[in-house]
Amino acid sequence: MTSIPRPARACAIPLAGQAAKRLIETLSFAAAALSLVMLALFATPQARAQGESSVIIGLISDKFPDTERALNELPASGLPTAPQIVEALAANRLYFNGPARKLYFADEAGKMFDAATGEPADVMASALKKVRINNAVRRSLDAARGALTLMSPDPDKRKAAADSVFKSRDATALPLLEAALAKETLASTRKILEEARAAIIAGDSGASDVQRLEAIEILKSRGDQDAVSVLTTIASWSEGRVKAAADSASSVIQAKLALWRNVQNIWYGLSLGSVLLLAAIGLAITFGVMGIINMAHGEMVMLGAYTTFAVQEWARTSHPGLLNYSLFIAIPLAFLVTAAVGILIERVVIRFLYGRPLETLLATFGISLILQQAVRTIFGANNREVSAPSFMAGSFDFGSLQIGYGRMWIIVFALAVFFALQFVLRATSFGLRMRAVTQNRRMASSMGIDTNRIDALAFGLGSGIAGMAGVALSQIDNVSPNLGQSYIIDSFMVVVFGGVGNLWGTLLGALTLGVANKFLEPIAGAVLGKILLLVFIILFIQKRPRGLFALKGRAVEA
Amino acid sequence: MPNRPHLWNWPTNPISTLWHACCTPLGTSLADGLQHTGPVLPVQPGNILEDAMSLTRRFMLRTAGAALGGALAFASPAAFAQGAGTIKVGILHSLSGTMAISETTLKDVMLMLIEEQNKKGGLLGKKLEPVVVDPASNWPLFAEKARELISKDKVSATFGCWTSVSRKSVLPVFEELNSILFYPVQYEGEESSKNIFYTGAAPNQQAIPAVDYLMENEKVQRWVLAGTDYVYPRTTNKILEAYLKSKGVKPEDIMINYTPFGHSDWQTIVADIKKFGSAGKKTAVVSTINGDANVPFYKELGNAGVKATDIPVVAFSVGEEELAGIDTKPLIGHLAAWNYFQSVENADNKAFIAKWRAFTKNEKRVTNDPMEAHVIGFNMWVKAVEKAGTTDTDAVLDAMIGVAVPNLTGGYSTMMPNHHITKPVLIGEVQGDGQFNTVWQTSGLVVGDEWSDYLEGSKDLISDWRKPLSCGNFNVKTGKCGGASK
Repeated sequence: MTSIPRPARACAIPLAGQAAKRLIETLSFAAAALSLVMLALFATPQARAQGESSVIIGLISDKFPDTERALNELPASGLPTAPQIVEALAANRLYFNGPARKLYFADEAGKMFDAATGEPADVMASALKKVRINNAVRRSLDAARGALTLMSPDPDKRKAAADSVFKSRDATALPLLEAALAKETLASTRKILEEARAAIIAGDSGASDVQRLEAIEILKSRGDQDAVSVLTTIASWSEGRVKAAADSASSVIQAKLALWRNVQNIWYGLSLGSVLLLAAIGLAITFGVMGIINMAHGEMVMLGAYTTFAVQEWARTSHPGLLNYSLFIAIPLAFLVTAAVGILIERVVIRFLYGRPLETLLATFGISLILQQAVRTIFGANNREVSAPSFMAGSFDFGSLQIGYGRMWIIVFALAVFFALQFVLRATSFGLRMRAVTQNRRMASSMGIDTNRIDALAFGLGSGIAGMAGVALSQIDNVSPNLGQSYIIDSFMVVVFGGVGNLWGTLLGALTLGVANKFLEPIAGAVLGKILLLVFIILFIQKRPRGLFALKGRAVEA
Repeated sequence: MPNRPHLWNWPTNPISTLWHACCTPLGTSLADGLQHTGPVLPVQPGNILEDAMSLTRRFMLRTAGAALGGALAFASPAAFAQGAGTIKVGILHSLSGTMAISETTLKDVMLMLIEEQNKKGGLLGKKLEPVVVDPASNWPLFAEKARELISKDKVSATFGCWTSVSRKSVLPVFEELNSILFYPVQYEGEESSKNIFYTGAAPNQQAIPAVDYLMENEKVQRWVLAGTDYVYPRTTNKILEAYLKSKGVKPEDIMINYTPFGHSDWQTIVADIKKFGSAGKKTAVVSTINGDANVPFYKELGNAGVKATDIPVVAFSVGEEELAGIDTKPLIGHLAAWNYFQSVENADNKAFIAKWRAFTKNEKRVTNDPMEAHVIGFNMWVKAVEKAGTTDTDAVLDAMIGVAVPNLTGGYSTMMPNHHITKPVLIGEVQGDGQFNTVWQTSGLVVGDEWSDYLEGSKDLISDWRKPLSCGNFNVKTGKCGGASK
């Protein structure tokens, strides 16, 4: 897959750009319609009339095979409203009246038009039936839209159109493709168009061997999973030279992809590692530095995710313009909310239990259940929808590796949080006091540090960071009351493996576990992979009980 | 079946050990304590004591029930006037813990159905009284709560359970105390109990038709069977694998993948699916992934650009409720197989949705398949009790078989002798608004088949609870009944 259309991007364009964009869209429509009219001119009037009625009859029969057939006939039928019909069908806005044999489409505003003439119609959508679509129809639809937008003035649309023609490999689109190729100026789109043409020619048994071999070479240079797919299909029914060429081309690509798969594993591992890091880094403070076994840590993550949901709900109802930036509001807010909850828990429960790890464990486990049920009562037991801002949707290609923007930003965010925390601990007076208290409470106290206050603030800091992690995790996981549970064990694992009390250990631990997991998963499967990893950690802790980076010195023994 | 309890599942979450170590005994003793507050007499079916006891019990209920019932406003003042006592209906669904996400809805549906029946004048001239307990997504607690409902509250029938493991946990209790359970969720089959009525789909009412649809309409030749690692997906996939092979699919064209509960990092698996799907043959994913893991799975499919037109995913545990938590735009065209969709158009369904929204005071509440199963089960039970003229378990068990009630898809569902019902099978495609668009449906009704025809060891078994056979696992080859239940 070379590119993924990113429809959400369009929303990012400020209002001023919208008008221009609409103009471009209108122009592209006009161009598409023009190309259709040109095509239609070649058809005889009689055939045109037949084409029209057959398309309309096909679309109103409300049977998927008929709809599909009508769609395939549509580009050549000469119907002036063909582009609108295709767009309306794709957006589920095509209606019909069976007994009257009439087809209507609605525009984006819901205004109804007669599909045969394109004139406004005085009918109510509620009195009509919708033309239904299924995957087979959707495929024909993609092909038809691809063919109709190949000449679009919008480069993004042309690229998407070229991609869908490549996928559909619809031989009837070949003349349009040639025409588009002759005009195309953008190198990247040209390449896709050439590949689309190659895919059609290579799979055309009527073409000469030389042409087909040439086409196979082009596909080979494309070199991705889709090319393999085309080539193996061709190899499965071709003979002689063509078969041999297709086979060798696909094995060359496969070998290249196998190498890329290792890069992909590392990337996936870093991505998983960053999620683990985010979940664990707050715990590295509360458990790692302060020594509190905090079973309610996962619930702080969950509260952070619900804060994101609440912010988005607020933005959706009162400030729709802010929805795309809601995460930036949610991050500090989630920090404040969860830090406040953390400080409350510390003051009310945990401070009475310092030095009693078992009681702390049970008490915080109890708190975690209370928090879960409280959220369940307030927000309901169902998952809540948190939408992705436009800059986190979609993906781009790096070699043969597809990188999702969402995952990429989560890695960046995790590292940013990590370094910010390092800064707070190393370079601020609060960090200094906190380290002093955890290293030697009595001496810090005699130096005039209010240890109670530092304890509460430190616990608040750890909880607040967990809340920020929740904002990021809401993008990739369920926002449900159970969100935190799935991360608590992984978090403890990372902190213990990395070395209790050492942030760098947490970073390295998270990334190591992430990458190791992703290399094990394809070999051993997700379930066994996880078990193997746990076994490895058990053995590792036997050998190095203090984890990767052990704190040294007298403070440890205290 | 579909199940989302990562809390109880190591390695995802070892808290389960902690829970079982600390909290189960607590729950148990609590339940025991409650149980012993009333007079305790040994209850044995067919014992003379039983009748005498139910009399005293009824008398007690009348006094206590009138006061309590009136206070709780479940019973209208008419209940006082009639003074004939109530018929108790047990509702055994988790209201807390991981399963609350699915089961709370079913509890609400039951309350609505009971309220509605009471408005119609109740049953046998008595009001129905719901008894709601919370087994808290804790499987052993399900058995305790079931015992409490039957022995202490004397419910006439119970509607409950979601996961297969909770059903397996209460099964011996219902058999021992001879009471009735209605189980509303699609499950893996391979079970038949005299005391349980399975109103959800058996594999042949969901999984097999879905595969048939993909084979015929989408011309799928390569299959990914992806599931969460527990009993329902494993059994279903075993059946599907055998079925696909019987249809001539080669072993190298089947990829089976299991993931732990609550799996959230799907990058590798989605990449694998993409790779598996690029072998030049049409590929589809059959998903038995459980509820909670589905959201990240579908999100990852969207991120990786896997569209339904390339590699369709057909799911057996994703319904309207699950989709309510995700943006479905990238999922348009992915499929689900159920026996009911909210989008089914007919008068009964429209009325049901309107009632449900009025009852929950939420204009956006969705309906789903297990809810319909409870509607069917409840109406069947009402009809059977009316037919038998009593709520006595044995009489109702006999009267249940053959009872037919309208379902919400425009037809009738009938209780078969194997305690499964007849249902239509619908295949729907996800729409942008989180609803399903029915693209295919079986021409007639499908009878639930408890013992799969595609598994060794179960293909010779049948279940028929009519007298004189009265057997849940009768072997047609040897002519022997394998035992009382299972």
